[in-house]
Amino acid sequence: MGILEVKGVNKRFGGLQALGDVNLSVKQNTVHAIIGPNGAGKSTLLNCLVGKLMPDSGSVMFDGQSVLGRKPHEINQMGISRVFQTPEIFADLSVLENVMIPCFARRDGAFRLHAYETVGSERDIRGQAEHMLEDVNMADKRHMHAGSLSRGDKRRLEMAMCLVQEPKLLLLDEPTAGMARADTNNTIDLLKEIKAKRDITMCIIEHDMHVVFSLAERITVLAQGTPLVEETPENIKGHPKVREAYLGEAQV
Amino acid sequence: MLGLERRDLTILIAVAVITLFAPIILNPFPTGSALAQFNAGYPDLMQRFVIFGIFAIGFNILFGLTGYLSFGHAAFLGIGSYSAVWMFKLLSMNVIPAILLSIVMAGLFALVIGFVSLRRSGIYFSILTLAFAQMSYNLAYSVLTPVTNGETGLQITLSDPRILDGESSGLPVTSLFGAEMRDTTTLFVGPWSWDFSVGYYFCAALMLVAFYISVRIFRSPFGMMLRAVKSNQQRMNYTGLNSRPYTLAAFVISGMYAGLAGGLLAAMDPLAGADRMQWTASGEVVLMTILGGAGTLIGPVLGAGFIKYFENIFSKINDGILHQWFAFMPDGLENFVVAVIHPFIGKGWHLTLGIMFMLVVIFLPGGLVEGASRVGRVFRRRDRKADHVESDAARQRAAAE
Amino acid sequence: MDAILIQILNGLDKGSAYALIALGLTLIFGTLGVVNFAHGALFMIGAFCAVTLQKLLTLSVTTIDPERTDFLGNPLKVQTPYVENWFGPEVGGTIVDWAVPLAILLAIPVMLLVGFVMERGLIKHFYKRPHADQILVTFGLAIVLQEIVKYFYGANPIPTPAPDAFRGSLDIGVWLGFDPYAIIYPYWRLVYFFFAGVIIAAVFAFLQFTTFGMVVRAGMADRETVGLLGIDIDRRFTLMFGLAAVVAGLAGVMYTPILSPNYHMGMDFLVLSFVVVVVGGMGSLPGAVLAGFLLGILQSFASMNEVKSLLPGIDQIIIYLVAIVILLTRPRGLMGRRGVMEE
Repeated sequence: MGILEVKGVNKRFGGLQALGDVNLSVKQNTVHAIIGPNGAGKSTLLNCLVGKLMPDSGSVMFDGQSVLGRKPHEINQMGISRVFQTPEIFADLSVLENVMIPCFARRDGAFRLHAYETVGSERDIRGQAEHMLEDVNMADKRHMHAGSLSRGDKRRLEMAMCLVQEPKLLLLDEPTAGMARADTNNTIDLLKEIKAKRDITMCIIEHDMHVVFSLAERITVLAQGTPLVEETPENIKGHPKVREAYLGEAQV
Repeated sequence: MLGLERRDLTILIAVAVITLFAPIILNPFPTGSALAQFNAGYPDLMQRFVIFGIFAIGFNILFGLTGYLSFGHAAFLGIGSYSAVWMFKLLSMNVIPAILLSIVMAGLFALVIGFVSLRRSGIYFSILTLAFAQMSYNLAYSVLTPVTNGETGLQITLSDPRILDGESSGLPVTSLFGAEMRDTTTLFVGPWSWDFSVGYYFCAALMLVAFYISVRIFRSPFGMMLRAVKSNQQRMNYTGLNSRPYTLAAFVISGMYAGLAGGLLAAMDPLAGADRMQWTASGEVVLMTILGGAGTLIGPVLGAGFIKYFENIFSKINDGILHQWFAFMPDGLENFVVAVIHPFIGKGWHLTLGIMFMLVVIFLPGGLVEGASRVGRVFRRRDRKADHVESDAARQRAAAE
Repeated sequence: MDAILIQILNGLDKGSAYALIALGLTLIFGTLGVVNFAHGALFMIGAFCAVTLQKLLTLSVTTIDPERTDFLGNPLKVQTPYVENWFGPEVGGTIVDWAVPLAILLAIPVMLLVGFVMERGLIKHFYKRPHADQILVTFGLAIVLQEIVKYFYGANPIPTPAPDAFRGSLDIGVWLGFDPYAIIYPYWRLVYFFFAGVIIAAVFAFLQFTTFGMVVRAGMADRETVGLLGIDIDRRFTLMFGLAAVVAGLAGVMYTPILSPNYHMGMDFLVLSFVVVVVGGMGSLPGAVLAGFLLGILQSFASMNEVKSLLPGIDQIIIYLVAIVILLTRPRGLMGRRGVMEE
């Protein structure tokens, strides 16, 4: 039984079958990659997992509970954090504040009218956030304006914001999209580091095979909205169905 | 102290000192001198400074922190005024129950209007709030006449029950446990005269409380969440935070501030009219906040003071005064200058206001506070340049040795 | 039945004005992405073009008629408009009488100019700024424009009558088989309705059948792509703004006989027109027109005595109420497209 169980999920947009009978099981403490050509339904699947889209049928169970019909903030409170394709951070706030906000969310829940305390008196939260920033080597930038960070640092910050919540599942939506090789490698190292330091389940949606093969323990190949195979990286490489999905009928 | 950091405490103390001595500070020119018309230290105007200060401080909690631009906040001001006058009519001329009711009623209306309006954001939110305010205004003028007394406005009369107060011979006045709001002590020092009014100090005290609460909100985790709403609502939701109750809380708080301001307006002068709810009045508080600096602590207070001061001064100046000022010029030039300035003064004050509004939005989106800090930065940079020169010289010396 | 017809007819002229203003607002919003709070001021400036022309045409010379005397026995001073001196009383008188329709000729260049100056001088710099800034700066501009008009023309409404030929009313009821005087409708309102129809049709035809219109429509659908095609979108946007200004201005010119223009008429119409745009669906031209007429008619129904006695005050709030309901149930409005003004 995996921590995330997707069963028989269907989603249509008008005449287009975006997802057809998707089954997926992500095991605890593994890095699970979902790959597939453009338009294979990867993003649609992800959006169904985080509450942005509602599947037409099927079930999505996380940690024994259904996530369907819940709002994004409720799903996050269940323990799923999400990293976006382009880093989504609080650009107008300082780096430290960016990391403190998820700490508050974790401690106080989705809403609390804590207007009588001051941020300065929240030493625990501040400590957690600073500790996290040290973990991702950004402690020296903590008073910077988050919007003025480099793209790589923004990605780092976003990961820190997700990790500080200690999620049971971290969803990464093409974390290296549009990055230069060096940045991509940095991100891979960062993710490996994160994985080495703590028990965490990750689900990566990715284009870049280099990233996938460096990180993933299990790989699901999605094509035209349906999973083709689920295998270990070694077995995926030469798999005929995968070659077919990526290269079409033409044989190389 | 007071749970504030040193910088905020300094600001609070500075504001407190200024409001305390405002009757003196705002009357720098001797009575009867030519410049006395620039004095602003009379109770009526000072009361407006602090009351609209409260209004703008509250508006800033919503607009400055969350970025939600409400175009209907005057509705809460009006509701506050009506509630207060009804309290004066029914219960007592004491201002405390009146103001409490103002805050509560404005808060309730804000809860309902906010709950509906906050389901949309951006320009849709602005239009929804505008629609609600216009609805309140139109209703206050027409069907709700039994409650609002329509065009005439709601006033106190001799025949009102006022169950807590005894019979009174004349039309009673608002008071705080016996201290009449209109009581003023005038102090004469040499050619100067300073008015210390009970009403002003009552409003000023409440403004300080309001300001203190707003500082606490700005520095609280709640305030940080509100800034997060403005910055990136998507990230906020995916961080497990529900932005809706945060924005609603901000909306209600700022509505209560507006209600307090409306209640105080009525406490100083017990009448309430529908024009207080018109959307131009909503525009005015937006202007105050922007002019001072939205999202800054002190900005709204500055903006409110600035606008109310210039409104007062500009509307008082007339051609006669202008001719006096420019009397030193040759006649032709004098007439020309007066003719050029004429459209901007007196009844033309709104023109000046509109131009100021545009200039601020175009050139100084951060308002007066940002302007001041820009000026400050220029000076500091000069200092640093001087430092650079020195350190360069030191380095050259070191290299030479 | 006739009562219903009367209300529909009564709603048409107000609805036409809403539709014309909302059309311009939508054009500007759809192409330039700017929320223009000064659009009502353009309507008002148009109305004052009519006032100005009327004043110009009635500029008079004072002559003394020695043959007649006033009640004090002095020779009578007679004021004759210059135009009557130049063209003779017959033709001159007609020109003065037709001041309002003639003002269209004045309003077109004036509105184009105002539109160009506004876009080049101010709006252009706000394309990339947040909507809140756009709202605020155009709000400031609206105040400035209306104060300028107030300075020159005073605060009181200035009556600007329609040509003599259109004074009086038409008994529409008789045509439709009702009793005489069952449905009477002022001629000028009918003129206004047809005028609005013509303008709306012209705008749609212009967008549909000219290359320029095609580019603009493409720009409304997808701005970036059109920019990428190497089409000089800037100049077209300026023109577009001018066009929207002309539409608002003409709506104002022709409205003067219905409502004597005053300096704040723009603001009054603007608030309602914004509501109209939102109800119709931000960015949808047919939506703006449809919602304009719909709300105009709805408003006139709500002011029927039968309705008012049932729901007191409803006439005052109906438009806002409809807007609130629409915004909450169909955030995109009646005919709004996906993705407009959504985060």
